[in-house]
Amino acid sequence: MSIKSRSSTDVFFYFIVYTLVIIAFFITLYPFVYIMSVSISDPIAVNRGEVFLWPVGFSLKGYKQVLKSGDIWVSYGNTIYYTIVGTIFNMIATVLAAYPLSRKTFCARRFLNFFIVFVMYFSGGLIPTYLLINNIGLYNSRWVMIIPGLVSSYNVMICRSAFSSIPDEVMESAQIDGANDLHILFRIAIWLIKPTLAVLTLYYAVGHWNNFFTAMLYLSDSSLYPLQVLLRRVLIQASNELLIDSTLEERSIAGIQIRYVTIVVATLPILAVYPFLQKYFVKGIMLGAVKG
Amino acid sequence: MQAKAGTKLRTRIIKALKRDKYLFLMFLPIFIYYIIFNYIPITGAIIAFKDYKPGMGLYSGKWVGFKWFVQFFESPFAFRLIRNTVLIALYSIIYGFPVPIIFAICITEIQNTKMRRIVQTASYLPHFISTVVVVGMLKNFLSVNDGIVNAIIAALGGERINFMMDAKWFRTIYVASGVWQHFGFNSIIYIAAIIGIDPSLYESSKIDGITKFKEVWYITIPMIAPTIIVLFILQLGRIMSVGFEKVYLMYSPAVYETADVISTYVYRKGIESSSYSFSAAVGLFNSVVNFAFVFGSNLISRKLTQTSLW
Repeated sequence: MSIKSRSSTDVFFYFIVYTLVIIAFFITLYPFVYIMSVSISDPIAVNRGEVFLWPVGFSLKGYKQVLKSGDIWVSYGNTIYYTIVGTIFNMIATVLAAYPLSRKTFCARRFLNFFIVFVMYFSGGLIPTYLLINNIGLYNSRWVMIIPGLVSSYNVMICRSAFSSIPDEVMESAQIDGANDLHILFRIAIWLIKPTLAVLTLYYAVGHWNNFFTAMLYLSDSSLYPLQVLLRRVLIQASNELLIDSTLEERSIAGIQIRYVTIVVATLPILAVYPFLQKYFVKGIMLGAVKG
Repeated sequence: MQAKAGTKLRTRIIKALKRDKYLFLMFLPIFIYYIIFNYIPITGAIIAFKDYKPGMGLYSGKWVGFKWFVQFFESPFAFRLIRNTVLIALYSIIYGFPVPIIFAICITEIQNTKMRRIVQTASYLPHFISTVVVVGMLKNFLSVNDGIVNAIIAALGGERINFMMDAKWFRTIYVASGVWQHFGFNSIIYIAAIIGIDPSLYESSKIDGITKFKEVWYITIPMIAPTIIVLFILQLGRIMSVGFEKVYLMYSPAVYETADVISTYVYRKGIESSSYSFSAAVGLFNSVVNFAFVFGSNLISRKLTQTSLW
């Protein structure tokens, strides 16, 4: 009797668990499926509001329109540039900051730790930073997308704890062999923390790809704009600029679809690499969690 | 005697500097970076006590004391801005905090490995989408005439709602989309905590024959309670730091009543209207309060659980 009632409440338990998980799965994926479907549906069906989940009809007109626009290619190129160059700078700087802080014998270790952690808690605010960047001539330059965000203290701390977890004997034996810190860092240490470096690379790269705020604040020349600025105009301000070369009729039909196509085009690189990299992302948050 | 100790100290310092010269060399560019892009702006915040005019150096200008702070607190906006900033953060915690915990408990109960992995992978995905795209989705999905949400409302015979232009809806949309975007990613840490629970605890409970509900209530939740507490306290510490970007992208003058937060106000006053000193004062006020909250929450977290951000 008691066994029977126990298993029936357990059945109920699993019923709830599976229901919640399936709902969560549906809610997370639905917007992506919907966007994909709208982007490849027949634009007339889209205008009539007939698409709810799967594509209705099939047409790549939207993609042709968007890819025809010169603006999107310029923005795409800029974003790729900022992402690659920016991430390289980020990683070099992060490693250079984290390694000295991880050395237990480093005489300035405590002070410099405080020096980089303090800015995680207190900042001068937007206005002084804005005035500074204008004063030093970074305004409207490609470098503004790279230099002001050179290092994140949080990522330095993740990297520092990875260096700290290298066994002391490894470092000591290298020192006994006469290696200085530059050798130890570049010949030994960075190769021992490759998984952490992979995670940080991904974090920085995603940050650059999605960066909108810096560009909005400091770039005024549209030939320097990254993708996110263009996306904002098309998606949020409903600008028809990507349809500039089309007839009035085409415009009225494609107006809605074009925005969904733009989302797909701009997000595809992240979606494409995501399944391969997601295990690193997960690892990354665990690194952040254990740093304590 | 004293002189001897002095020279001893000096030789020790010289020795340490010699030993660590490459470490100093490595850190030098980072040091310069932090000075320029973090510490100079911190000192530049003194323009909040000055009358700064565009084109001046950061440190020139006439001292005006607390004039700008007084002006801010006497304005009708101060209350609204603080209220909106705190409420958005508070609602984000109330609705956003439990979801990842519940999700983590459910997902770790799924026995089918493949299903578990697929759902988990999918759940992190929205976290990596840019704010611009998320707000773009919201605008388009919630659009009055051609958004899918209103299409469904209309199909069910309801009245179309202008979600993005209605101040009543702003916080709901902001918080709900935030939960959608981050619940999966935020669950990772709880999933790891649950996986780390000693399996022998569950085995002995099986022998005692308790139900799954009781197992979750008496084993899983107490075992992950320290993680929950730390993250909760750290969340509370961020109550004054609602992100600028999402509010800025979502709002419009029609919804300022519920949407305008301190950071967006600083942006409009400072960068759009060039009232640099005034907005620097508002920003500094926010920084100081924020610092107090973060510092306090870390202190509490450290006392309770020996875990903190520093």
